Amino acid sequence: MMIKLISAGFGGQGALAIGKNLVEAGMREGLEVTWTPSYGPEMRGGTANCSVVLSEKRIGSPVFSSPTDLIALNLPSLNKFAGKVKPGGNIFINSSTVSEKVERSDVNVYYVPCGEIADKVGNPKAVNMVMLGAYIGVSEAVKVETVETIIREMFAGAKEKYIPANIAAFQSGIDFVKQYE
Amino acid sequence: MAYIYKRSEGLRDIPMHYCPGCHHGIVHKLVAEVLEEMDLLDEVIGVCPVGCAVFAGDYFNCDFQEAAHGRAPAVATGIKRTHPNQPVFTYQGDGDLASIGAGEIVHAAMRGEKFTTVFINNGIYGMTGGQMAPTTLIGMKASTCQDGRSAEQAGMPMRMSEMLATLDGCVYAERVCVIDIPNLNKAKRAIKKAFEYQMAGKGFTFIEVLSTCPTNWGMTPLKANQFLKEKMAAYYQLGVVKDTAQEVK
Amino acid sequence: MAKELWKGNEVIAEAAIRAGCDCYFGYPITPQSEVPEYMSVHMPKHGRIFVQAESEVAAINMVYGAAACGLRAMTTSSSPGISLMQEGISYIAGSRLPAVIVNCMRGGPGLGTIQPSQADYYQSTRGGGHGDYRTIVLAPSNIQELADFVQEAFDIADYYRNPVMIAVDGMIGQILEPIEWRPVKRRELPPKDWATTGKRGRKTPNLVTSLFMDPEDCDRMNQLMGENLKRIEENETRYEAIGCDDAEIILVAYGTPARIIISVLDELRTQGIKAGLFRPISLWPFPEKPLHDYVAKDNVKLVLDVEMSLGQMIDDVRLAIKGKKPVHFYGRAGGIVPTVEEIIEAAKKALKEAK
Repeated sequence: MMIKLISAGFGGQGALAIGKNLVEAGMREGLEVTWTPSYGPEMRGGTANCSVVLSEKRIGSPVFSSPTDLIALNLPSLNKFAGKVKPGGNIFINSSTVSEKVERSDVNVYYVPCGEIADKVGNPKAVNMVMLGAYIGVSEAVKVETVETIIREMFAGAKEKYIPANIAAFQSGIDFVKQYE
Repeated sequence: MAYIYKRSEGLRDIPMHYCPGCHHGIVHKLVAEVLEEMDLLDEVIGVCPVGCAVFAGDYFNCDFQEAAHGRAPAVATGIKRTHPNQPVFTYQGDGDLASIGAGEIVHAAMRGEKFTTVFINNGIYGMTGGQMAPTTLIGMKASTCQDGRSAEQAGMPMRMSEMLATLDGCVYAERVCVIDIPNLNKAKRAIKKAFEYQMAGKGFTFIEVLSTCPTNWGMTPLKANQFLKEKMAAYYQLGVVKDTAQEVK
Repeated sequence: MAKELWKGNEVIAEAAIRAGCDCYFGYPITPQSEVPEYMSVHMPKHGRIFVQAESEVAAINMVYGAAACGLRAMTTSSSPGISLMQEGISYIAGSRLPAVIVNCMRGGPGLGTIQPSQADYYQSTRGGGHGDYRTIVLAPSNIQELADFVQEAFDIADYYRNPVMIAVDGMIGQILEPIEWRPVKRRELPPKDWATTGKRGRKTPNLVTSLFMDPEDCDRMNQLMGENLKRIEENETRYEAIGCDDAEIILVAYGTPARIIISVLDELRTQGIKAGLFRPISLWPFPEKPLHDYVAKDNVKLVLDVEMSLGQMIDDVRLAIKGKKPVHFYGRAGGIVPTVEEIIEAAKKALKEAK
């Protein structure tokens, strides 16, 4: 297995966090992982993205020109990266904020209304959790239980009350992409 | 046998290189005597500058570091922060402190670094051969302002004590000179007070010593002293510029 | 030991703390500001010293002051800041003081870019400031090495009384990777009897200085330093060689380009091209002999030097190879990281030209 994912969106949408959760889960499952953020002016309100590699063997390059998978939480991210995804790759679009469709027919596209789904589970902030669920539902890059454990640890202690809503958002993302099977 | 006078334990038996009539030797002696009287010679760490006092580390009988030009306050910060209970001082001239090292001294004072700076202001670069310093008086001749410093070309001379006194971290600034015994005694009291404040953890302490440079001023030592008294002290007023140490808990 | 995910810049800070760094002095500059941020939080927790200096010039001189007292002192910066520190590094070397300096290189010259670069190779390996000194330069290529080398650097600096620089491109500072906090090689260290600690009963005071008015004395100091540097060259050379034994083309690279080349090797070998990677880990001392010996073998047709610069290490590569094989170059400057595809193309082009 060799996943090369770009996760991109506006600062604050959680694009970088999706990548971090994935590498944390990958590491716990014994995979080689790297997470490389774009840095610079983007960090201050613009589009932020990260490059993630999950692999069964030693990772060479932590960055790449054509990803196997793309998560685009906003339109600028889609415009920037959609053309670069490898044929046969996967594009995940947050259709709550992006109404455009992908023109390419050589990739699998998943339109996930992350905002609506997050609202529905009563956790409007958890757009990234919905998308993480959708991504793992399709890619099966890591186990669902591993991510759930990470979510529980992330909100341990004083923030414990947020665990159910985040797991619900994550699970809803997984459920949503089942229709594409 | 009774001693009437002897060299301070704070100085080593090494002949100094300073020119005849220069005040560095006197100020070294005063600092050394204060350190000896306060029983600090085994604890103190000094930092010397680039300039005439570059060899101060050879003369003092205590541990010393030689800093890059102007950086003594940064070096002293590194020492004092890691040795908060030991006395630390820098000894710097006006080119070193007021020109190339202006940034370092201002920020050390701003942070209220708990060390003492002894600042020798003789209005000229001595070691390099008499160039204009930020403290050179208007009209005073130097090798880079041979007709005398003009305000239009070089601005007005810098009053470091007053400038640093505006910073809350600086708790004590006094300007002294050593041209006669009463002034010399005053200077020694000021240096002692600075080290006492330092040891009490009050904040940054600054002693500016108006000094002469007979060699580069082109004057006899006596004439130079006269010039200091009449001209320098008129622009750089002697006395306590700031003393808020009592207010510091 | 369990693996943990760590970001490069935070590893630099945490590794220093674990190595017993007594004091850190720094100034904010992208892309390494997470280091002073981390230090400001964690050094006080360990009873250690953190000071945000007013400039890089001041920061390196604070390092000087503390190092001259015998403490483990460190600063970090990125290219423009490291340029400002060169004066202080020269004084540290001239006063024979140990210190650890990390450079997260960004594109230059001038203000350049905040994106990753390797354009400070000359500055790092040739001393950088004035005078006849060298800094020991270690170039980790992943976060585990970064953790190990920063910890080791303090021992190396103390052992040789010489500044050690960790040179990474800005990207390594930003990457998040799993690492283990594993024990690193520890050395038996000489006592710091030269340190200014306060005389404390010593007969003669200690004076830390790089000033020698008598040229004979200055020469003597330089000769001593030179002997020390020779000892370092003999004992501290590090490198990694992958697939060099049967390679027809050897790619030479360090830091991020070196790990990108690991992907390049896989791809080239599936295409039937036998490619190897020679990765200098110590940039100074440069692993001259091992590189020479690999390249001199009959199977090697040529060398491709890959850098994130216009070509600086290539001088050392050529000196090592002594003209035995052609040396080609591929580089991107100004903050661009070369891609796997670009390097593959450059390798194929070089091989074609060689035929």
